[in-house]
Amino acid sequence: MIESIRGQSLLSLNGVSRGALVEVLDTAESFVEVHQRTIKKVPALKGRVVASLFFEESTRTRLSFETAAKRLSADVLSLAVASSSVKKGESLRDTIATIDALGLDAVVLRHRSSGAAEQVSRYVPHVRVINAGDGLHQHPTQGLLDAFTVRQVLAERRGLSGAETGATLFDGLRVLIVGDIVHSRVARSDVDAYVALGAQVRVAAPGTLLPVDIETWPVEVVGDFDEALEWADVIGLLRLQNERGTGLFVPSLREFTATFGLTAARARRLRPETLIMHPGPINRGVELDSIVADLPAAIIERQVSNGVPIRMAVLYLTVAGANREVA
Amino acid sequence: MASVVVRNGTVVGPRSVAVADVLVVDGVIAAVGEHLEAPRDSREIDATGCWVGPGLVDLHTHLREPGRESAETIESGSRAAAVGGFTAVIAMPNTEPAIDNVALATYVLDQGSRALVDVAVAGAITHGRLGERLAPMGELAALGVRLFTDDGTGVQDAAVMRRALCYARPLGVRLAQHCEDGHLAGEGSMNEGALSSRLGLIGRPAAAEEIMVARDIELVRLTDSPLHFLHLSTARSLAMVGAARDEGLPITAEVAPHHFTLDESACANYDAHFKVNPPLRSSTDAAAVRASLTNGLADAVATDHAPHTAELKDLPFDEAPAGMLGLEHAASLTLEALGASQADPIRFFALLSRNPARIAQLRREDAPVRHSAHGGSVVAGEDANLVVFDPAERWAVRAERLQSLAANTPYHGRELVGRVRWTIVRGSLVVADGALA
Repeated sequence: MIESIRGQSLLSLNGVSRGALVEVLDTAESFVEVHQRTIKKVPALKGRVVASLFFEESTRTRLSFETAAKRLSADVLSLAVASSSVKKGESLRDTIATIDALGLDAVVLRHRSSGAAEQVSRYVPHVRVINAGDGLHQHPTQGLLDAFTVRQVLAERRGLSGAETGATLFDGLRVLIVGDIVHSRVARSDVDAYVALGAQVRVAAPGTLLPVDIETWPVEVVGDFDEALEWADVIGLLRLQNERGTGLFVPSLREFTATFGLTAARARRLRPETLIMHPGPINRGVELDSIVADLPAAIIERQVSNGVPIRMAVLYLTVAGANREVA
Repeated sequence: MASVVVRNGTVVGPRSVAVADVLVVDGVIAAVGEHLEAPRDSREIDATGCWVGPGLVDLHTHLREPGRESAETIESGSRAAAVGGFTAVIAMPNTEPAIDNVALATYVLDQGSRALVDVAVAGAITHGRLGERLAPMGELAALGVRLFTDDGTGVQDAAVMRRALCYARPLGVRLAQHCEDGHLAGEGSMNEGALSSRLGLIGRPAAAEEIMVARDIELVRLTDSPLHFLHLSTARSLAMVGAARDEGLPITAEVAPHHFTLDESACANYDAHFKVNPPLRSSTDAAAVRASLTNGLADAVATDHAPHTAELKDLPFDEAPAGMLGLEHAASLTLEALGASQADPIRFFALLSRNPARIAQLRREDAPVRHSAHGGSVVAGEDANLVVFDPAERWAVRAERLQSLAANTPYHGRELVGRVRWTIVRGSLVVADGALA
């Protein structure tokens, strides 16, 4: 069990304790305020070097991490696969060694291979590695920002700040995760976060998009999306990963939408306070109807904007480590 | 050729063991008995406490030549084999290009004739191992090739496999199958299960292997042509083989040391040294494979020695090639699985020498072509391919000390019991006192 991510690499949310998660959420909350300043910068990581290495296409996660690092005053080395020598056949190990030679405090890594972040953490044990999504494995900062966003919205409804509520708002919270569970690193990180924080999690997916070991997950499987609509306090939709060939796992996108899409008709059956979330990018008309994405209960844009404070918190805690003062 | 006398070892025959001396003269066992008189210039070996048996035979060695000589060559692989106690290896045909013709088979046999141990060749079943058109099995059989396989992949098309079995039968050769349904194993990189799911790695289900085992048992029933199953890794596969053999079908099976020594939990850190096909399985399957050594379901232990360069094994787990080194630790791992100090030496030599030599037709009664005879009794008149194995010596695997060009052992740092002390190939000492002579 990981009791705090301070001074550690963040590779996965599997085994991260409730206390450690709350610490990240509370730290992130203190960084939200920075966003409202005219000068959106704190000196917390001044003089520190953060490398952002994205070996897989990404815009929002990458921008979010780099913005977070810059707001903490870190120096950011940014490497996208298209501009790197990886395309010339350089191995991951050599790429990391080369960048490490420039003097690094942290690496933010996105890679299409599961386990790539853990491998990199073995290559450069003195550098904090933050997994920004590895294959089908984990996307820890997405799990954190999803939990952060839920807590923020629920706390606001009660007129409280998130930090005042700790993890209490998650106790018994009913979260329904829907769609391509098997190919989703977001689903794995979300389940780890929500369950550790005390929520009840159900999943709904076609049989082909459920992991083979789903019965060992701390979740309940719902065969029929419609039956769980009224149950849910939060609905987390997942992107159908067509680029990974997921389209072959369902007969057609039309049938997927008909059975597991959040259509306008299904959205009407939700309780009005039920939150609708999606990690993006959305396949509008597939996982959810365009109209639904624009409902007030859909907090998808909030998820995006919360990416920055969450990643500031993760960078701050992992890199600044034992130093407990938030500048 | 100088003579060698092995003194006071426990000579392990097919059915009994006895302490005796073994005298080797001119590449042949000249005498076996107590207190033998040896010629004055004989090399004397003290084998007290050691097992003396027929040299080990590996049914499943990837020597990588031609094509991937940066990982292994016939010469370097033969050094690894000798240190591991092997006096003969069967070179697998998944080289680049594949050994699917007389010219390439001849090349490997010629290189092998200069190597430290006997190198026999397995030919491909199909052209380019593509699973479509039959390779020239008749021409290759005339060259002495007795085993055919598309190893690396199984023959996916049942009609092609049936045709190959029918074609092989009158040639007196045996086909060997790498059992994995290609569609079901797909892009998987480890055993399918809770661990692969947690790690986000696509799995290769046990059923991918078992489906092909089941299919091929039916094809053997249809054709009555002998078939050897390579590296079986699941309890179900082995149970099906047992049932088929009870019916009298001509089926043999090998298991690999990694499948009875390690299990899928070794993959938990994404270390590609533990990536292999078929994959390391559940602990239950690993236990069943271990049990197959003593309950008779496995005929042979074969290494599936698969060298890969460090740069390839450094790739992310899903991109790294499958396979691990095997020759230099197979004997020790087999001893360990047989119960270390409780191990039955007769079973040890059955699994590692006599049965593989029978399956590959390397024995004297098989009239071997282009190599000496292996896997026989330790009696006068047999070719002197012998190993002296100390079942009590302890040693630790060090990747950098292995003879293979590659270093992709999954056992680096592991303490093993039992070590090859002397390897005698065609009467010559190639390993003396645990090191290359």
